[in-house]
Amino acid sequence: MSKSNIYLPYLMRIEKITQEAPGVKTFRLKFEKEEDVKEFSFKSGQFGEYSAFGEGESTFCIASSPTKKGYIECTFRATGRVTNGLDALEEGNTMGFRGPFGNTFPMDEWKGKNLVFVAGGIALPPMRCVICNALDTRENFKDITIVYGAKSVNDLVYKDELKEWADRPDVNLVTTVDPGGETPDWKGEVGFVPSVLDKVAPSSENTVAIVCGPPIMIKFTFPVLEKLGFKDENIYTTLENRMKCGVGKCGRCNVGKLYVCKDGPVFSKAQLNDIPAEEY
Amino acid sequence: MEKRYINKEGLAKWFGSILNSGKRVYAPVRHGEKVDFHQVHSLEDVAEDYIQTTLSAKSVIFPRAEVLFSYKKDNKEVTLEDFNPDSVPETVIWKIRPCDAAGFIPLSDIFNGGYDDVVYAAHLNKTTLVSFSCAKADDFCFCTSVNGSPGATKGSDIQLTILPDGGAIVEIITDKGMALIKSAEDCFEPAKDEDKAKYLADVPVYFDLNTVHDKLKEAFSSDIWKQQSERCLGCGACAFVCPTCACFSIEENSKGSHGQRIRCWDSCGFSMFTQHTSGHNPRSTQSQRWRQRILHKFSYMPERINDFGCTGCGRCSRACPVDMNIREHLTSIVK
Repeated sequence: MSKSNIYLPYLMRIEKITQEAPGVKTFRLKFEKEEDVKEFSFKSGQFGEYSAFGEGESTFCIASSPTKKGYIECTFRATGRVTNGLDALEEGNTMGFRGPFGNTFPMDEWKGKNLVFVAGGIALPPMRCVICNALDTRENFKDITIVYGAKSVNDLVYKDELKEWADRPDVNLVTTVDPGGETPDWKGEVGFVPSVLDKVAPSSENTVAIVCGPPIMIKFTFPVLEKLGFKDENIYTTLENRMKCGVGKCGRCNVGKLYVCKDGPVFSKAQLNDIPAEEY
Repeated sequence: MEKRYINKEGLAKWFGSILNSGKRVYAPVRHGEKVDFHQVHSLEDVAEDYIQTTLSAKSVIFPRAEVLFSYKKDNKEVTLEDFNPDSVPETVIWKIRPCDAAGFIPLSDIFNGGYDDVVYAAHLNKTTLVSFSCAKADDFCFCTSVNGSPGATKGSDIQLTILPDGGAIVEIITDKGMALIKSAEDCFEPAKDEDKAKYLADVPVYFDLNTVHDKLKEAFSSDIWKQQSERCLGCGACAFVCPTCACFSIEENSKGSHGQRIRCWDSCGFSMFTQHTSGHNPRSTQSQRWRQRILHKFSYMPERINDFGCTGCGRCSRACPVDMNIREHLTSIVK
């Protein structure tokens, strides 16, 4: 099959389905064709267009680490026509994938630094790719801190990995749930992500912060990082505007003059300062 | 650039030879009040005496809806049928206006600027554009304000300037154009010493394009967008008639076990254009969407692809049901 048509997806076999939270699933996808495996490679931060044949395409990040070869994973919440179409698929079924698209987190530049990850809700998947990548190349980085929050205990995704990260002596994981979202046996924090980050107060010295979450969480997290002394060029996030093509043509994902699909999805806060915040 | 002269009879003969060659020929055809590009089978089909077609010739190369690939589902298996570039026939667009021909320059920059779009390229590569310079213009035309002119050849493969005797000055701009001349060489005569400028419409310059570009850099938070778009219905007609609007959606057309993924024209004026799954919409108001339209064409495109997204054809202003006039809006931004 020719890959010269940028709209033609790879055919992917759903190898494993994990129910992460109510309505949220992770698919592990393997290429159906051996030649596709050979030509495919990606880096942390990139995204793709996932298709349920008969329903259409949706845009999500690649949630697995590039250090894991032979498969990719995506995590999504069943919400609209396509994600409900994907949700209805079963292990062994075939779906489509186009990608990888977009830029990447500059992980090579982060070697020798501390990493602080701040994520909210369904925004852990884009960060999980980077976290797993960093943990698989652990010697390249100094302290790793993860602050992750969700609406309720039930809404936390990647529960198995959260447990794994919590057990690692070389990771400082802080989980939190919104007030009212805790269960009687909840041992983590209760409170919104920005205020928990304020309490954890990681040092900004030789540190890069990576923030992913709903726009409202990002808006309240930036001032906390600023207070902790983080410079704009050391704060990164990914933007997730609506897309169709994924390759800079369909014309809808731009924030000012920057296209999330081609110039992003990874942006430093220094870059965001130059584009209008109301467009993401 | 090589030139020729062709007399009235030669022109009819050449046109006939193009039709006989098996190529598809699209030309302006009159249907009641409207003139639009349709496939033609004789010179009599071609409309005379009109200023501008309602829709641009864009759809010949970038169809309003087009199959990107097809698929078949069989139990758990899916098989794909790729788009076949060979399925696109050789085509001539006859009597396209210089502003429409120029529109394919930014369109090609968008579709081919990295991640080349083979579907678009298949159409473009097989199409020869024979433009006719404009002897007439109306108040909506403003090509001369956006780097164009009634006799501009940018984007055309051949340009004809019709002379009072019914013959034409023939300018051959590209190799593709030359091939179409060579296929009927005996229809042409050597070029005469004739200046085409005196046969062109007079289109006044309304604003300075570079000033528009400069002013827009600081205009994002301006209240002009709300003022200009207060009456906008969000109908998207401006985008559908535009020769340079490239924004599209990708949609599914499926029935039972068969389906197609289809590219359809879309518009930044539609409220759903940027709506996230969560319901959040970065451009939830019509003024934000009108701002995007103007900034995309006159600020972002010049910076990203070094070309403006407007050729001054005036169609959006002619088509607007509430009389929004882009030329007036741009002129007011300069002031």
